[in-house]
Amino acid sequence: MTRVLELDGITKRFGTTLANDDVSLHLEKGEVVALLGENGAGKTTLMSILFGHYTADEGSVRVNGETLPPGKSRAAIDAGVGMVHQHFALAANLTVLDNVMTGTEPLWRLRSDRAAARARLTRLSERFGLPVDPDAHVSDLSVGERQRVEILKALYNDARILILDEPTAVLTTQQSERLFATLREMTAQGLSIIFISHKLNEVMAASDRVVVLRGGRVVAERATRETTKEELAELMVGRAVERPKRPPAQPGAVRLEVTDLHLSGKGGAALNGVSLMLRGGETLGIIGVSGNGQTTLAGVVSGLYPPDRGTVKIDGAELRRHDVPHAIAAGIGRIPEDRHAEGVLGDMTTWENVALERLWAPEFSRRGIVRRSAARAAARHILATYDVRGAHLDGRVGLLSGGNMQKLILGRVLEADPSIIVAAQPSRGLDEGAIAGVHRRLIAARDRGAGVLLISEDLDEVIALSDRIRAIVNGRVSPAIPAERADARLLGLMMAGDWDAAREIEAAADKMPEAQDAL
Amino acid sequence: MSVVLDILSSVGMWEAILRIATPFILGTLGVLLCERVGVLNLGIEGIMTFGAMIGWLTVYMGAGLWAGLLVAALCGAMFGLLHALLTVPLGLNQHVTGLGITLFASSFSYYIFRLAVPTATSPPTVEPFRALEVPVLSDIPFLGPVLFNQTAPTCLALGLVLVIAWVLYRTPLGLAIRMTGENPHAVDAQGIDPIWLRIGTIMAGSALMGLAGAFLTLAAFNSFFPTMVQGRGWICIALVVFALWRPGRALLGAVLFAFFDAFQLRLQTVVDGVPYQLFLMLPYVLSILALVVMARRARVPQALMVPYRRGER
Repeated sequence: MTRVLELDGITKRFGTTLANDDVSLHLEKGEVVALLGENGAGKTTLMSILFGHYTADEGSVRVNGETLPPGKSRAAIDAGVGMVHQHFALAANLTVLDNVMTGTEPLWRLRSDRAAARARLTRLSERFGLPVDPDAHVSDLSVGERQRVEILKALYNDARILILDEPTAVLTTQQSERLFATLREMTAQGLSIIFISHKLNEVMAASDRVVVLRGGRVVAERATRETTKEELAELMVGRAVERPKRPPAQPGAVRLEVTDLHLSGKGGAALNGVSLMLRGGETLGIIGVSGNGQTTLAGVVSGLYPPDRGTVKIDGAELRRHDVPHAIAAGIGRIPEDRHAEGVLGDMTTWENVALERLWAPEFSRRGIVRRSAARAAARHILATYDVRGAHLDGRVGLLSGGNMQKLILGRVLEADPSIIVAAQPSRGLDEGAIAGVHRRLIAARDRGAGVLLISEDLDEVIALSDRIRAIVNGRVSPAIPAERADARLLGLMMAGDWDAAREIEAAADKMPEAQDAL
Repeated sequence: MSVVLDILSSVGMWEAILRIATPFILGTLGVLLCERVGVLNLGIEGIMTFGAMIGWLTVYMGAGLWAGLLVAALCGAMFGLLHALLTVPLGLNQHVTGLGITLFASSFSYYIFRLAVPTATSPPTVEPFRALEVPVLSDIPFLGPVLFNQTAPTCLALGLVLVIAWVLYRTPLGLAIRMTGENPHAVDAQGIDPIWLRIGTIMAGSALMGLAGAFLTLAAFNSFFPTMVQGRGWICIALVVFALWRPGRALLGAVLFAFFDAFQLRLQTVVDGVPYQLFLMLPYVLSILALVVMARRARVPQALMVPYRRGER
């Protein structure tokens, strides 16, 4: 094997924090290396140095034995390094071809050769099995297709070494599997790949070798087939990860009852008659392939849009005005799927974000005047109780890491003591430590008597948290099964829309209410 | 009704349209370049005033008409550089900076004008550009004078529409400019520095604004007076939205606006009993209506007014 890439003793400080501490790493030709670490372990900094976005304080980067000049993206590109960014570096208003071509020709040429570029792009997309329409506007593409464009952009630059920064953060499970199959195809054709991840499953499934980063240092390096998920988790977190133990549910009164919800045209996929019921003290998990209506369901229940037909009853009272203030006043706590877009206002301060959602509550305002000191006290309380790190009362929320932002949102929701919590993808994009924290909080809320509607694509999460599980397929929900009965095969069938087995289990569970109480 | 038909069928009105449109064409192209690279340039009103003054002064001092245009363009580029330095590397608020430049450039124009001609009571004049007499073509009835009886700067403006459309859509530089207005991170990741690209493009756009101003004193009129730009710069800002940030549509918008303006000028003189201010309003009201219709379809450059800082998202 030949060594295509070598990072040697990279050290990078931001002020007093040491983001990378003497990191050394190498990549062989045709190899897939996973760079594993929690949020803030220094993965992205390391790759930004390699790609010339940052200059390292010490250490060097060698590609095929040649040292790269520091701080020059162009040099990295010319040496055959391609980077697929976590937040795609694409222009939505331009076409795929425009996006791929930018910066690939000498700037002062009087005419760019679009025909040749189109031919080259088509060749590449055929060769690597990445179908894409060169003339489509990027804004019209799905997230998976955008990532394809981003990869093609790197390949178009003759990349022989591909770096993917958390490539699956925005993808569904199916899209991720397709991506990893593509990456295998690429290594077979002689490319070498580093992907950054904090998801153990995909690291185990898709890499040849794992480098574990913690606190800016390389703490371990393992051949993937000689290690286990448990060992990697321990190495990454520095302690054994314990997903919280779940005491049995104590279902109480019916908290939420939705009947025959229909909605089309808003919030993505349609709802075609969803009925379900949620009791206090239990967690109902909704699984499903994304785009089957789960986002719409969460939106309707949390008041974002009114249904075309059907009712939402909270604690027995029908929700008549479908807007967020009324939903929250009725006792809904919402943990939105996209925390940056719908969870917080990134440019506003921590305390403002804490107060905003319930600004009209007497706690936070009186006669139209905001009670600043009360709001600030509430925010201070959340920062301390929920262990939100790096936040200042008057600092911009947008500067927080994903995990800390989610803790803040959780605190804001739970401190209002809601009777129903709508948690959509609550641990998406978080590291193992933060996920465990979120799960503990949700279980505690359930035990206090709240009903939790958990909408998630992460099956492990749904199984770990839920008491009952339904699948959502094409805007309809399946019968509910008790979580104890869930196994991969049954859940797979449910998500695929085959509900016979689930129906039998539900019927059996209904016939034995005593047995259920005993559980 | 027959009055309207009379106006619409007069050669004089159609001949006037391209002349009236020229500063709008140049100014709109200038704004368009700045916004395509992601920066709002509200300095246009002041830059046009300064261009009008300095272009006229250069000729008044004895230089040629083309030298006047060139000096106006260079001064425009300098104001563009000032705007760019404040808004791009320093990332200051683009509204405030642009308005500041307009105030500064306008006042500075009057100042220099008063220094140069301290005593004159009526504005001194220069010999402006004359209409080009294109052999044969100018003699075609109706179309001849309308299209070919124009001054050289008007032809320059029309040529610039083609040049800028070509640069934006057919060259690697233009793609990089458009990409910078959409997502400067993507440009940086390809090894092109979006900061320099923005500075250069803003300078080029501001040079066009200077030219637009100089056209007023060197071709449309023959003298300078301080209030002569009369909000044309602001119209250009609106025309860019109308044009959906495309050069060809910018030309269309400028001509349309000029058409309404030429039309109302003639309407004022023939219709009695209606306050003339109502006619003056006409082009603006129609522009607003056109904007309302067009703006719904607009694809605004995504990074417009978003300062770029390396390593920050």
